[in-house]
Amino acid sequence: MAKLPSIQELVQSSLPRFPGATLEGTGWMRTKPAFTPGSYCYPAKLDTMKGLGMPNPHEWAPENEDWNLPQGWEKIIYKALEDRLKKYRSLQLFMDICVRCGACADKCHFFLGTGDPKNMPVLRAELLRSVYRKDFTLAGKLLGKVGGSRALDPEIIKEWFAYFYQCTECRRCSLFCPYGIDTAEITMIARELLHEVGLGIHWIMDPVSNCNRTGNHLGIQPHAFKEIVEFLCEDIEAVTGINITPPFNEKGHEVLFITPSGDVFAEPGIFTFMGYLMLFHEIGLDYTLSTYASEGGNFGLFTSSEMMKKINAKMYAEAERLGSKWILGGECGHMWRVIHQYMDTMNGPTPKHMTTPVSPITGTVFSHAASTKMVHIAEFTADLIKHDKLNLKPERNDDKIVTFHDSCNPARAMGLLEEPREVLRAVCNNFVEMPENTIREQTFCCGSGSGLNTDEIMELRMRAGLPRGNALRYVQQKNGVNTMACICAIDRATLPPLADYWAPGVTVTGLHELVANALVMKGEMPRTMDLRQEDLEYPDDVPEDDDNGDAQGEE
Amino acid sequence: MAFSLMAALGIGILAWALAALGLEMFVGFILPLTAFLVFLGGMIWRVTTWARVPVPFSIATTAGQQKSLPWIKPSHIDSPSTKIGVAARMGLEVLLFRSLFRNTAAQTINDEGGPKLVYWSSKWLWVFSLLFHYCFLMVFIRHFRFFLEPVPFFITWAEDLDGLMQIGVPRLYMSGAILLVAALFLLLRRLRDPKLRYISLPADYFPLFLVIGVALSGIMMRYWFKTDIASVKELIMGLVTLSPSIPEGVRGSVGGMFYTHIALVSALLIYLPFSKLAHSAGLLFSPTRNMPTNTREVRHVNPWNPPKKYRTYAEYEDDFRDAMAEAGLPLEKEPAPGLHEETAQ
Ligand code: SF4
Ligand code: SF4
Repeated sequence: MAKLPSIQELVQSSLPRFPGATLEGTGWMRTKPAFTPGSYCYPAKLDTMKGLGMPNPHEWAPENEDWNLPQGWEKIIYKALEDRLKKYRSLQLFMDICVRCGACADKCHFFLGTGDPKNMPVLRAELLRSVYRKDFTLAGKLLGKVGGSRALDPEIIKEWFAYFYQCTECRRCSLFCPYGIDTAEITMIARELLHEVGLGIHWIMDPVSNCNRTGNHLGIQPHAFKEIVEFLCEDIEAVTGINITPPFNEKGHEVLFITPSGDVFAEPGIFTFMGYLMLFHEIGLDYTLSTYASEGGNFGLFTSSEMMKKINAKMYAEAERLGSKWILGGECGHMWRVIHQYMDTMNGPTPKHMTTPVSPITGTVFSHAASTKMVHIAEFTADLIKHDKLNLKPERNDDKIVTFHDSCNPARAMGLLEEPREVLRAVCNNFVEMPENTIREQTFCCGSGSGLNTDEIMELRMRAGLPRGNALRYVQQKNGVNTMACICAIDRATLPPLADYWAPGVTVTGLHELVANALVMKGEMPRTMDLRQEDLEYPDDVPEDDDNGDAQGEE
Repeated sequence: MAFSLMAALGIGILAWALAALGLEMFVGFILPLTAFLVFLGGMIWRVTTWARVPVPFSIATTAGQQKSLPWIKPSHIDSPSTKIGVAARMGLEVLLFRSLFRNTAAQTINDEGGPKLVYWSSKWLWVFSLLFHYCFLMVFIRHFRFFLEPVPFFITWAEDLDGLMQIGVPRLYMSGAILLVAALFLLLRRLRDPKLRYISLPADYFPLFLVIGVALSGIMMRYWFKTDIASVKELIMGLVTLSPSIPEGVRGSVGGMFYTHIALVSALLIYLPFSKLAHSAGLLFSPTRNMPTNTREVRHVNPWNPPKKYRTYAEYEDDFRDAMAEAGLPLEKEPAPGLHEETAQ
């Protein structure tokens, strides 16, 4: 990986530049993106694209002059766009009503971090809109460039590839637009168009293909999945002295639990996963995991609506096969956008035997999930805490000064804002918010969402993470924050490098890692270590003359 | 920009010239009538284009707390889960430009802690947009004086309110003046902010020049090129009743400014449905704003929902059966003993 610039250098070079500016507002049409190493995501492998049955798979490389677009590619794009204009009112409307007021311009983390004007949401959308005008509006046809329109050419396809993969579909722009124009919606459709001519990126298509075959993005096969979880259970035992054996693919349990596979695979996600298992064990939840539906995340969301549907369909299918009454979903951002806004529409109505989720512990009816029958774990745990069903020792987290990163999707596509905060306040004593323009519905993306969490574009990711990193750095300097909690598996992968760069010394953790650290389990040994097996700064009192030490050594 | 300015100026001057050449009937009757019809037809076409396209997914942008657990207070308006909430949200968007009110301006500063990005509240665009639109509305209402006989009481009220300041003779209507100022602000903003200048198309300047032209010609008519109001009313009543007449007071170049005004308004009417100005109606259709956020509670139906195609559990188990059996995972079908070892060789 190339060396990253210093913060000072990066911020300096993030100041906006406006190459080729003219009074006609079309100067940008003359500028071209540079495809240099580090500026683009690697293309998807030919085999992956073929295997998924994606249209027009072919060999190509961003740095090449010729991208080997398929025969008649203009027609393909035209047809695909026309098709979507007839299917999505959002697209048709957003193409028509933008007034270029610029309210969205400095709301995008990519613009704030790169200073590249084509990263202003409005201009990102114009990249497509200018083509739309030419082909689908009278004024565009008559007036040409004066009317802000331009004819398709291969350079435009390259430009789309560059900039629709510099949008993390975070929807922050849509919050500020007076007409609610959601550039994420445009990005999603533009990516569909690119896929039509065989252009996709490795970091998205590979997980999609894995997920299709093995049930999860990482391609973990069923037996390996079980093995990994069992390893994590050993770690739980080392910390708590309690042996947990979670059920897999078992029929007849009340709840099916689905979380992103990132949580079973890599640090720090695994600690969150351990947290779930400890919580379920402690409350005696009647649940099962599934290896077939072992992925909560859905990179189909970043590919096409068809792919999203295909991958998501496994959730209800598995609930039906196993006879689960409802589904509990782990901490994840884009997974929850799919569940909250797409799943029921795409793959509902739910299997007949499923029922409105009810917490078996508190009796709370989750009527807000009456139709999808899927509850977010932060909602579930907040409810447990409210009803005092958990024995918590927040002091165990006293060495941490915690702040909370709202993930884009739970914030702006669900409104899940208070639930995780309620949980946080109960499990740790030092909770500090980042500045108000950077949290809750105004939250800034980690900079690597929507399938852009790939290492070859690390500098770009650090740039896109500027607003988030800047806010984190601020509370680190001001309040001594040393921990950032989040409820997203992608965040757990992307925030650690972001924190290392912008605010070294801040640790990234999932919400349920903190929960499990504070959770006093029945029959556990006094805790001296946290889930990461690091010594607790404030360990439990170890009663003298206790043989817990031996218990740990047994096994 | 120059193109837009020329276009708007051209329309104004042409109207004056045509009237002076004795084509008052065209500028004063045929043009506005056509413009009105085009506007009406255009708006209907535009709105039906949008209405015809389905809304496959419920994609509200949630700008506040969802409705979930009973003790957590939901944000009824910014994250509306009910129809009333949605109506309130839309009401605030349409009447008070709620989203624009959120506007901030990002700025990079340097202090002891190193470089920082800070966000300032930035309400100027909101203020001037509100002024612009409401003054436009006021001007619009006042003009009904010319269309209605007798003049209804509310128009007189509006006029009294608008002229409250009692400046000048005839009384200065604030709305016209503020409209002009607000339009100039919006224009200057486009020219001065490099971000905006970079993206502003002729299509963005043109309507601003039209509005500035309309406001200016209107104000000039009232204070400088005094136009005979009685004649104007007579002409307009003729227009409304489809009995065209060009009264004495607005014949030829005497009514030049009046015809300029009429032509610019007509141009605006014609332009509106086919341009970004249709945002006025478009806002009502915006799915990130006009949809309820209760998407887990009530199923939203996609009219073109394609059939489900996915890798079934059976296919999955077929692929991994042996390994699953070995790992002790429950299976739907037991592996055929021996068979797999043979094929594996
Ligand atoms: S805020 Fe909305 S209307 Fe304004 S420029 Fe951005 S997308 Fe267009
Ligand atoms: S969705 Fe997010 S990343 Fe994409 S343009 Fe909008 S603000 Fe930028």
